[in-house]
Amino acid sequence: MTDVLAVSEHRRGDLRDVSYEVVTAGRELADETGGDLHVAVIGGDVDAFAEDLNREGVDQLHTVDHGEEFNHGVYAQAVEQLYDATDAGYVVTPNSVNGLDYAPAVANGLDLPVVTDVIDLDASGDGLVATREMYGSKVETTVELDADRAVVTIRGAEWPPAEGAGDAEVTAFDADIDESAVRSTVTGFEEAGGGDVDISEADVLVSVGRGIEEEENIELVQELADALDATLSSSRPIVDNGWLPKNRQVGQSGKVVTPDVYIAIGISGAVQHVAGMKGSDTIVAINTDPNAPIFDLADYGIVDDLFDVVPALIEEFE
Amino acid sequence: MKVLVTVKEVAEVEDDFEIEGTEIGSQYLAYDLNEWDDYAVEEAVQIAEAGDDVEVVAVTIGPERSEETIRMALAKGADRAVRVWDEALEGVDLLDVGAKVRLLEAVVAEEDPDLVLSGVQAGDDAFGATGVALADEIGFEWAAVVNQLDLDADGGVAHVHRELEGGVDEVTDVELPAVLTIQTGINEPRYASLRGIRQAQSKEIAPKDLDDLGLSAADVESELELTGMYEPETESDATYFEGSPEEEAGQLADMLRDKGVAE
Repeated sequence: MTDVLAVSEHRRGDLRDVSYEVVTAGRELADETGGDLHVAVIGGDVDAFAEDLNREGVDQLHTVDHGEEFNHGVYAQAVEQLYDATDAGYVVTPNSVNGLDYAPAVANGLDLPVVTDVIDLDASGDGLVATREMYGSKVETTVELDADRAVVTIRGAEWPPAEGAGDAEVTAFDADIDESAVRSTVTGFEEAGGGDVDISEADVLVSVGRGIEEEENIELVQELADALDATLSSSRPIVDNGWLPKNRQVGQSGKVVTPDVYIAIGISGAVQHVAGMKGSDTIVAINTDPNAPIFDLADYGIVDDLFDVVPALIEEFE
Repeated sequence: MKVLVTVKEVAEVEDDFEIEGTEIGSQYLAYDLNEWDDYAVEEAVQIAEAGDDVEVVAVTIGPERSEETIRMALAKGADRAVRVWDEALEGVDLLDVGAKVRLLEAVVAEEDPDLVLSGVQAGDDAFGATGVALADEIGFEWAAVVNQLDLDADGGVAHVHRELEGGVDEVTDVELPAVLTIQTGINEPRYASLRGIRQAQSKEIAPKDLDDLGLSAADVESELELTGMYEPETESDATYFEGSPEEEAGQLADMLRDKGVAE
């Protein structure tokens, strides 16, 4: 019997979706180990957050009233103390930018193994089996851990959000935060990119990825976008290369878009990109690699060289 | 000032490949400098170019083959390199974060850097955890997923942006010494010049085994075991357009017209 401690996440006054997903993942794990599910919320309006997180399957809710926003120094200390106080074995956090900013420190501080970006968990046997991807999602792997204690970070959108009202007891946890150990200060937030085009408003997006090879080839895709009266967007590498501004980036760290039609050109479909465009109504993928993950999502696919297909398509509409 | 930058040689997999047990056949792999580490190296070299008396030391955990990759870091401007390897690491499928931290901690103890830069994650195993775990272990402050860095070495602070989800940056002041994990896009990594490549040939790559670092095989035992590797099942139910590129484009155009996209 191993208890599970799931840690929620919030930003600028709102719980993030993955908070409800860690509750589901934590409950599944606790069901397999026969343990209790503890859910923690740290900082911000903890009472309101706790009310929202009090969903079916939660046994105990712990609030740590300390600061407004995420600070990894506070989170690491609070989670380590909660781990001891609850006698939990597994800690489950989001595999988010903030999750990756404190979960490895918690694992190190508690001398626990850490398994990140997990897409499936199985604790029904001895120890824990985690499923995760390697080599840019080209393979899935199983990783076994012969122990009932670990820190696990879960990938977003792999578990359904917890629903249904719960009746967990809410306890204010008096974490003893050593302020001298908190040596970074969040001074604010900035919207990245800016610019005059809001790709999240577009009905039709023509989106370009690494397959375009050279900066000057972007013009070809722009021509197609013009011919279709569509808006040009891109995956991350195009923006990293400085070929398009940040406000054109679709994905986890860019914009989430939901156009009627999304045409992905030379985009393999990394999970971070998919997070930003999977809500599109109709998805078209053009890629030379028939195994590219983008085809799993596509409604229509062309397995061919974009440098042959795109000019032909432009001709169709001119 | 000394900047330690951690680099990793990663395997990239061809489009078509075969899995043998829990490995991909070596004939389907090509090795390269980890993409995220390339940006970390560039950031370190830019710090060195902007300041006086800054030394950049690259450190890697990898077999002899990885010297080729670490020479890339030297060719781009790192002053010297340390390569950690030991027989005890041969055949370990998955070196866990704890083991990497113990190895890097020993290097930090020898080098005594003021700043450690590391890629956010490695392109092969994609753990994304070593930098932050290392910082915690060596008592440095840290920041993960840094996409903008303004270093005030005299003031003892790094002003950073952390790239959060949804197009939002967190602006944070981090006390030095610190470990920063570097996100792609923070800079424009340079190509190694011919001159740089030539100079790299004469730069030092110091090999270190467990003994040199005061560690034993027990320190690098992995708590994680890679037990399975398989190709994910494709879930595609896409309608594929086929034929010549013109025919494919024609079918796609018809579909788009049906949907009212263009005329």
